[in-house]
Amino acid sequence: MTDSRPVLTMTGISKSFPGVRALHNVDFQLFPGEVHALMGENGAGKSTLIKVLTGVYGIDEGSVTLDGEQVAFNGPMQAAAAGVSTVYQEVNLCPNLSVAENIFIGREPRRFGAVRWGEVRRRARQLLARLDLDIDVTAPVASFSLAVQQMVAIARAIDVQARVLILDEPTSSLDAGEVAQLFRIMRQLRDEGIAILFVTHFLDQVYGIADRITVLRNGALVGEYPIAELPQLALVEKMIGKELDVLERIEEQPRPELAVLEGGTPFVQVSQLGRKGAVAPFTLAIHAGEVVGLAGLLGSGRTEVARLLFGADRADRGEVEVNGARTGLRNPVQAIDQGIGFCSENRRAEGIIADLSVRENMILAMQAARGWLRPIPRRRQDELVDRYIKALSIRPANPEMPVRNLSGGNQQKVLLARWLITEPRLLILDEPTRGIDIGAKAEIQKLVVQLSDGGMAVLFISAELEEVLRLSHKIAVMRDRELVAQLDNDDTVDADRVMQTIASGTEREEASR
Amino acid sequence: MSDAGHRFRTLLGHRLFWPVAVLVVMLAANTVYRPGFLAVEINNGHLYGTPIDILRLSAPLILVALGMTLVISTGGIDLSVGSTCAISGAIACLYISRAPDQNNLGTVLTALAMALGVALVLGAWNGVLVSVIGIQPIIATLILMVAGRGLAQLIAEGQIITINSGPYRAIGLGHLLTLPLAIFIALAAALLVAAFTRRTALGMIVESVGGNREASRLAGIRSGRVVFLVYVVSAACAAIAGFMMTANVSSADGNNTGLWVELDAILAVVIGGTSLAGGRFYLSGTIVGALIIQTLTTTVYAMNISPQTALLFKAVVVIAVCLIQAPAFRARFRRRRPGTPPPPQSSPQRQKEQVPA
Repeated sequence: MTDSRPVLTMTGISKSFPGVRALHNVDFQLFPGEVHALMGENGAGKSTLIKVLTGVYGIDEGSVTLDGEQVAFNGPMQAAAAGVSTVYQEVNLCPNLSVAENIFIGREPRRFGAVRWGEVRRRARQLLARLDLDIDVTAPVASFSLAVQQMVAIARAIDVQARVLILDEPTSSLDAGEVAQLFRIMRQLRDEGIAILFVTHFLDQVYGIADRITVLRNGALVGEYPIAELPQLALVEKMIGKELDVLERIEEQPRPELAVLEGGTPFVQVSQLGRKGAVAPFTLAIHAGEVVGLAGLLGSGRTEVARLLFGADRADRGEVEVNGARTGLRNPVQAIDQGIGFCSENRRAEGIIADLSVRENMILAMQAARGWLRPIPRRRQDELVDRYIKALSIRPANPEMPVRNLSGGNQQKVLLARWLITEPRLLILDEPTRGIDIGAKAEIQKLVVQLSDGGMAVLFISAELEEVLRLSHKIAVMRDRELVAQLDNDDTVDADRVMQTIASGTEREEASR
Repeated sequence: MSDAGHRFRTLLGHRLFWPVAVLVVMLAANTVYRPGFLAVEINNGHLYGTPIDILRLSAPLILVALGMTLVISTGGIDLSVGSTCAISGAIACLYISRAPDQNNLGTVLTALAMALGVALVLGAWNGVLVSVIGIQPIIATLILMVAGRGLAQLIAEGQIITINSGPYRAIGLGHLLTLPLAIFIALAAALLVAAFTRRTALGMIVESVGGNREASRLAGIRSGRVVFLVYVVSAACAAIAGFMMTANVSSADGNNTGLWVELDAILAVVIGGTSLAGGRFYLSGTIVGALIIQTLTTTVYAMNISPQTALLFKAVVVIAVCLIQAPAFRARFRRRRPGTPPPPQSSPQRQKEQVPA
């Protein structure tokens, strides 16, 4: 399958940022007609390696050769022109421009200097047809789901006669069907001789598509392996550098019985809470110390439920009781006052303040609750921040670093810390483990268990059923913006049963429980 | 910890380095052209000289720019500050001109309080338009920028109000401890705004709202209130600047008081390193920026540059300052010089490279 001559070679790459050594003497090669998975934990240097390759960052040491010629790109545009195209982890499109404009931005077909819009639209439709996507190319990108936006970004990348296609976690926001569709495209492109560099955190996906694996750890190369020679467990061990049994340990822990948990007054009880166009009226009780999982497909209304419970969107009907007393959740301030915290699934747009430091991001919610006239004394800030940097092993452990310099998983931990500092009674976690590596994922899962053992209620939203099943006492299933069932997570509940519920929407009788 | 502190200090030095360097170069160029430029002498117990003049004349701009810094930090802009200067100056002067004794301190203080009160209402108007109604700041404040001039004319009934009030005149031309009073007023305002933002959590919250408004809202910040507040602060700063401008000439001219000061203020803020996109703000940078602009104006006069070319001269210098400051421009300049593509181990530019998102 692979050629004998690599299309791309990176030798002895090193890159440092102030205070962080992101890459140290890393070698990497990519052959035409292969899918090559780049694996590692958050902060292992995967994203940095890609950005160094495409010229987003300069290289401190080492060299890059493309087709035997030494190259040094000054940015993604130049790299793309040379045939190295990238689709980044977070979709990098202009939300207000149309699909067609996004695909051809910067390289519009022109005649006498004027853009040929008809041609732009025609070619955009053609490209998307290649990806089996039939959408209105004149509609703004923002009007489509994240998954479709991701496809548009990929269409944009493959149009530029790419020889090397870099996909940096393209699947993190896609559902199973869309992933299969993407893989079909990837295989098609691979068979056309394109070299594909694929970064993902989903181990199953790596084994479903990759031909070879390169593993990074702490900015250094661990090794390069043909897929057949590296079983899944060995891969995980190489990524984290130690044997992993945290996940198993979570399952061994004795969990309190649901009946015991649900004995008293629920912490939050909502009745027929709903918002037109977002989610149909639903009834849900969350008790102290209880983990309620929210399962369902992408766009089934999971996030909308979370936003109503946090007051991020205002409910237009229904009632809320907190600790048995009628109240409202009309805005985040009110929800926070009641002891509710919310980590959005959209880390970049609704989570971090990129400009501010790790410390400022962490204390933000607590400070907001106190009001600006009562600043948190600096010593107390440092105490809190140090404690959570240690507790959540946030790397680099530098509270004054702008949070934008951290990897995705570490940003997620900073957001978790922001809410943990406020000591909420109910923490709503919307896809807290999406796009982060297995080690951090295990840490976050362990944390959820610890928090609920400590009496905190957790609403846990995830597209990964396995994760929901492992952590939750009770699973609420969403389907077509409707809460269709609530399952007690006992021995009778497994992934298949939840899947069936998602698919058929039955088990309604339990929803009225 | 000490490592982090050290890096923080070097970063701080780095940020102010170019604006200060430009200021120093401009002063040096003036001194070369006119050796007596930096001379300061004592006359009647007061310090006199070009540097003192620059400080005194930049006081109103510093005031306006301080408020503008906070507004820009939230991702907004306040175009109405010039009109606010004119309105507050006109109200103060009108009240004093109709008083039986213009030299009465009580009269002057009442005039100032009234004018400041009206300015706060104007700031609240801007704040409501932006934060409650949700109009884009540039449009919302454009309304008052244009209408405010008319309002000032209306107050002055189309006349230039001339007054003869010692206490009022002192705001612009008075002295304290051998230095012009205006310098102390600007300094006090700067310290007050600094304390207001950095001794409380307001500064961080403003930066948070400017950096990511939706994320701030979801963290429990009442973004609307913060945005409202900065427009009120901006108007208050502009009012005090308006008092200084009118006190300098003992008259209020609705058409010309504070004309185009909003543009100079925006420029000062940008030169000081605060991004027009919002986020981090730097009060010290803004002050240096305002000093640069005033020094430039003084230089234009001192070098006898003809009025026809003065604006062009100013524009060229400002463009140069902005370019020198832009990291992208500096990186490109450095990269070009070695000739061929950047050698992998070109060390000097490494530390300074910012890590983009």
